[in-house]
Amino acid sequence: MSAPLTGRAAGLWVCGHCRATVRARAGRDGLCPRCGGTIHVRKPHSMATTAALLLSAALLYIPANLLPVMDMRTLFDDEQDTIMSGVLSLAQEGSWPLALLVFIASIVVPLLKLVVMGWLLLSVARRSRGNVLHRSKLFRLVEFIGRWSMLDVYAISLLVALVQMRSLAMIHVGLGALAFGAVVVLTMLAAQSFDERLLWDANLDG
Amino acid sequence: MAEPPFAPLDDLPQAVVEPPRRGRLPFIWLLPVLVLMVAAFVAIQQKLAQGPLIDIEFLSADGLETNKTKIRYKDVDIGDVTDIHVSKDRKKVIVTARMHADAGEYLVEDTRFWVVKPRVAGGSVSGLGTLFSGAYISVDVGRSTVRRRSFAGLEVPPIVTSDLPGREYILRAEEIGSVSVGSTVYYRHIAAGQVVAYALDPGGASVTIKVFVDEPYDRYVTPSTRFWQASGIDMSIGSDGVKLETESLSSILEGGIAFQSLPQSATNPVPADTAFTLFTDRERAMRQSDTDVRTFTMYFKGSLRGLSVGAPVDLRGITIGEVKSLSVEYDRDGGTLRFPVEVDIFPQRIRGRSAHADHPLGMDDASETASRTLIDSLVAHGMRAELKTGSLLTGQKYVALDFHTEVPPEHVGWDAHPAVFPTATGGLDEIQDSVGSIVKKLDRLPFDQMTARLMATLATLDDTMKTADRLVKRIDGTIAPQLSATLTEAQAAMKNAKEVLGQDAPLQSDLDRTLLELSRAAKSVSALVDYLERHPESTLRGKPGDPP
Repeated sequence: MSAPLTGRAAGLWVCGHCRATVRARAGRDGLCPRCGGTIHVRKPHSMATTAALLLSAALLYIPANLLPVMDMRTLFDDEQDTIMSGVLSLAQEGSWPLALLVFIASIVVPLLKLVVMGWLLLSVARRSRGNVLHRSKLFRLVEFIGRWSMLDVYAISLLVALVQMRSLAMIHVGLGALAFGAVVVLTMLAAQSFDERLLWDANLDG
Repeated sequence: MAEPPFAPLDDLPQAVVEPPRRGRLPFIWLLPVLVLMVAAFVAIQQKLAQGPLIDIEFLSADGLETNKTKIRYKDVDIGDVTDIHVSKDRKKVIVTARMHADAGEYLVEDTRFWVVKPRVAGGSVSGLGTLFSGAYISVDVGRSTVRRRSFAGLEVPPIVTSDLPGREYILRAEEIGSVSVGSTVYYRHIAAGQVVAYALDPGGASVTIKVFVDEPYDRYVTPSTRFWQASGIDMSIGSDGVKLETESLSSILEGGIAFQSLPQSATNPVPADTAFTLFTDRERAMRQSDTDVRTFTMYFKGSLRGLSVGAPVDLRGITIGEVKSLSVEYDRDGGTLRFPVEVDIFPQRIRGRSAHADHPLGMDDASETASRTLIDSLVAHGMRAELKTGSLLTGQKYVALDFHTEVPPEHVGWDAHPAVFPTATGGLDEIQDSVGSIVKKLDRLPFDQMTARLMATLATLDDTMKTADRLVKRIDGTIAPQLSATLTEAQAAMKNAKEVLGQDAPLQSDLDRTLLELSRAAKSVSALVDYLERHPESTLRGKPGDPP
């Protein structure tokens, strides 16, 4: 089966702003003759931006897991929990399903996102041609799943807002939660800045 | 071939050339750098906030929890316990703690750590707050400048922390009494300090007690201050009634030490760590000390039962010394046992008085020869020591010095050390001796012969008795009935006599008349006799008026 015709191959560009189809001209970018917006053939610096965001997210992933996300002070106790210790205490208390959920949402998914995005980036950089369809589907999965990893942050923010009984019990957000939130946001941004079409470009160019 | 749906491709407008942008810097690459910088900053800050890691040894990790237990100084967190493990020799528990950065300077050689948990001791409850919050490790920062990283934790909280104003003193006592660490030190019944520590002296002969006196009160500890055991109740019955002396109720329960200075003494405070003697009671403590002590040995003949160490040496009611020790010694030469009683005499208690003011003759004269001369002369005058019973109820004895007139001359044995003071038997001993001599005399009596003779006498007596018995029986059998008849007759005779002699009896009136006659006759005779006396011749011549 021959490769499907793409706009770029046909010498046509679509304005990203007003969706006007214009004839391409030499070079990578141009201005839309109708609305004056910049027309990008591919998202500009998609690879670099994604890589930068991914790197930042990967860096933040370390403190997000090492630093406490929650500082719970009660009359009797002063407890600082990291994500992992929260999972473990949940597991020890016997709520296996909940522990598993938190574990997957807060530890596995961000890690998976980082790994998958990194792999996709690498494959694009190496102009890999195989399994484009799979990779494309994987990317869409990652993009979809991304928003759900904020589960922990959401739970903590709820708790912080609810449990403010001064001397009896206080819950503070730890630095880890901040880092974790940043990881989630950055991976989402990375996914957004990644131009999916790049996955297919290698096949076209060949 | 199908016509493409977008046939008029050429009609489409062409993209306009974009004006070239300067320096297409991928700004986004600043982000990882920024993240790195922030991470580095946070990490460095955390590292800086982190103080040294220290090890504290405890006997047990009771109440301590990894990552939960705090180390606190004046109730401020200065560290966290990060690890608890048993030492290699399994004797101790080593608590590892991460200190805060600013706590580094607290970690010096004499810094002390202890676990604060709820404690109930004596009359005080402490650490109640830790009931809910859990135990924590408290710190008393030392004054040394030598840094340390491993410490031996205290098992009990220290009584005195290094920043408490006051002074520490050392007390020496023969025994600890009821004093324990934490016992209160009283000054005029005000709690003025606490017992910090006590230890047995290396020799094991005495106890050293450390007390801490809080600041306003430490200035009353002067060279003449006396410390005494203030535990318990001191009751005395005197002429002014019953006197009960105690410190506060809690000191009765948990023991305590009191101190006070002798009246009219120096008031300059002494430096810390001055050593004092701990007396057993207030009376002993406040007694003026006797600096001059003469020790004598006395050999008493009687039993020493009832005489105890500390018993007074009495000179006609005035205590001038006390018994120091009692012992037994074997006299090899004589082959006998002797019971030396060592007594301390305080010569200062005897005031010297002399007609010559410039030559005070007395025992307060410090010179040895002078006091020897005095004692010699006293002994020459008959002064002897004897054992007397102070109380018949308890049988407690004391040593009495007194002058005896009928004693063989003796002298003080100055050669021995301590000098031997002559004794006399007196009091109960004397009685005992007298009884003894009586018994000896009794012993000498010929009891056997006496018994034999007594037996013979008794046999004779028995015979006599039998004879008497027979006699009595005879009397009973023969004489008694006769006696009875005789008595009846006598009774009848008496009755007759009564009848005859009665007032209205005829005999009575006859007798009266007869007597009257008799009396008249007597008168006549008397007149005759008178006449005859005057006229003796009438017997021859007859009455003068009569015709011859």
